[in-house]
Amino acid sequence: MFDAKISETTVTQNDIKIAARKVQVYYGEAHAIKDVSVDILDKTVTAFIGPSGCGKSTFLRCINRMNDTIPICRVEGDILLDGEDIYDKRVDPVNLRARVGMVFQKPNPFPKSIYDNVAYGPRIHGLARTKADLDEIVERALRRGAIWEEVKDRLHQPGTGLSGGQQQRLCIARAVATEPEVLLMDEPCSALDPIATAQVEELIDELRQSYSVVIVTHSMQQAARVSQKTAFFHLGNLVEYGDTEQIFTNPVDPRTESYITGRIG
Amino acid sequence: MPLSWIVLGLLAFAMAGFFLGRARATRAVQGDARKLHSLPFYYGAHVFLMTFVSAFGLLVFWMAAQPSVIGWWIGAGLEGEPGAITLQLSEIKRGAAQLLETGTSPYDAASVVGAGAVRYAGMVQAGHLFMVVAVVLVALGGFFVSLRQVSGEFRARNSVEASVRGLLIGASLIAILTTVGIFLALIFNTIEFFRIYPASQFLFGTVWQPSSGGGAMQPLGLLPLLWGTLFISAIALAVAVPIGLFAAIYLAEYATPRFRNTVKPLLEVLAGIPSIVYGLFALLTVGPMLLKVFGSGGLGWMQGASSVMTAGLVMGIMLIPFVSSLSDDIINAVPQALRDGSYGLGATRSETIRQVVLPAALPGIVGAIILAASRAIGETMLVVFGAGAAGRLSANPFEAMTTVTAKIVSQLTGDSDFTQPEVLVAYALGTTLFLVTLGLNLLAQKIVAKYREQYT
Repeated sequence: MFDAKISETTVTQNDIKIAARKVQVYYGEAHAIKDVSVDILDKTVTAFIGPSGCGKSTFLRCINRMNDTIPICRVEGDILLDGEDIYDKRVDPVNLRARVGMVFQKPNPFPKSIYDNVAYGPRIHGLARTKADLDEIVERALRRGAIWEEVKDRLHQPGTGLSGGQQQRLCIARAVATEPEVLLMDEPCSALDPIATAQVEELIDELRQSYSVVIVTHSMQQAARVSQKTAFFHLGNLVEYGDTEQIFTNPVDPRTESYITGRIG
Repeated sequence: MPLSWIVLGLLAFAMAGFFLGRARATRAVQGDARKLHSLPFYYGAHVFLMTFVSAFGLLVFWMAAQPSVIGWWIGAGLEGEPGAITLQLSEIKRGAAQLLETGTSPYDAASVVGAGAVRYAGMVQAGHLFMVVAVVLVALGGFFVSLRQVSGEFRARNSVEASVRGLLIGASLIAILTTVGIFLALIFNTIEFFRIYPASQFLFGTVWQPSSGGGAMQPLGLLPLLWGTLFISAIALAVAVPIGLFAAIYLAEYATPRFRNTVKPLLEVLAGIPSIVYGLFALLTVGPMLLKVFGSGGLGWMQGASSVMTAGLVMGIMLIPFVSSLSDDIINAVPQALRDGSYGLGATRSETIRQVVLPAALPGIVGAIILAASRAIGETMLVVFGAGAAGRLSANPFEAMTTVTAKIVSQLTGDSDFTQPEVLVAYALGTTLFLVTLGLNLLAQKIVAKYREQYT
């Protein structure tokens, strides 16, 4: 079951970053997420696994209120970020999303230059005072996205001209550039080849030093490689949540065992 | 035999061919359709197409070619200079038409025209008879040849495929050739115009005052008309583009699906209102309203209800649904992933629209605007009503001016003598319009191509 584990970076701080309590999500009549409660730790990679349609992406999108953009979607229950309810009326979802960044399944660079793609968030949120500031932010983000060396000579060419793997790393750099506290990744490697996947996985492990990373994945090897915590979703329920090693070697719930051994899903 | 009967007969015959061909195919394999190369339907369709399309094609071609062949034949027997022959020929045609319809000729049968008319009528009748015979022969030929081809191994499906392809090519050829034909007709008549009227006087003249029988001395300057056209179009676009675009953005990005599904069809209905109705609106409502504010009772800039502003405003209103409907489709085609990406970074809706959605939709939006501009430049009825009749070069938008299209109408309505410059100038005006819209379209393509290079 286990591939070579990416070398663990020593991380000391492990406070609860996100606390979800009795979260319910409805799409119109359909009950997509049923009573999910979970604590996501800071500076930790948490993997959400489960068969297609089990609600893991939906739950992920609750954490930065991306579901607000879908008119028929309704969320109940509490999700606390650093102890604050993000569904409180006073919380501005736009500001929330600056704190909780997101990387999507398909690389979605904007039809702009590489530089402008990365500078997009900092510009919107006014993070840079001068052009030199912005240049620095962009370079730092691209370096963290492990793509700086490849694009430093073509910063002003369109981001859409990059290869799929480069585009996805650009999108990660773009998300990192706004200095979020949490990074949500919705199957970030499903459109990538194995080499690009390996690069992104390495990147995820590095990002763990600064952020809480939540990744949805269909690959159990990937979950085992990159995460310290794993949550298994099935039919809208959170079946089991625990240390990745425990989930993959000694699952408590028979459904988890069936899934990771390939019997359901 | 009337034409409709010929076509109906052909259709019936070809349908019979369809059933015979299908039956023959089934019989060829003793009723076991699996042994056929193609489904039985295709054998029938093969016979139908071979019978009907070939005969019908001949029919259409003959009818298109016959008048010019006969005209050329009769014209070759006439004497005189080219202009006179053309005149005689048209009289002969008129006489022949009357002869065929009523049986009596308006001309003396002994005169050149009278005799020509009799000959012409005779040739028309003979030609018609030949045509019917030829069409029937081709139909029979196609019928028997294709029916004989039918056997178990015959690849009827491929043959039908080839015919379908041929039909589609034919349709596109007709579209292209008619465009070329229109263009050539414009060009030749424009050349004819420039033979009797100096080109520089037309292109750079600043006065437009046609007078019947004025010859090459009358001022037929293009500039006042072109100025009027461009001025009105500019005002129209200044009204239509912002309003239309904002409406499209609201519909595509902010409106609830229910609202959008109600309003969009309504907008499209608005786009279907004939321009003459807008013309009435301009003349009877907008013009007088503007006059009240800017006329002698108000600011005193405006003389009458007709003005560039009247026509431009109403034309702008007319173009709003056009711009908004097209832009709405284009904005909707921008992938949701781009919006999600932007929202995911903490951008608001308007930031997302301004910085992500609109740049991505820009090539399409530019295309929509250029299309609207082409329509504004070619618009006729509205400016006839709303803009005025006198060509004038002025920067005051509250003065009456006129446009290229309106003047084409006025030069060609009534009795027209196609040897006089004040009539032929309509073709030169038409060519000008054609070139301006062509230039706009090329410009649009260039903008779009440049944009694409940059971003995809």
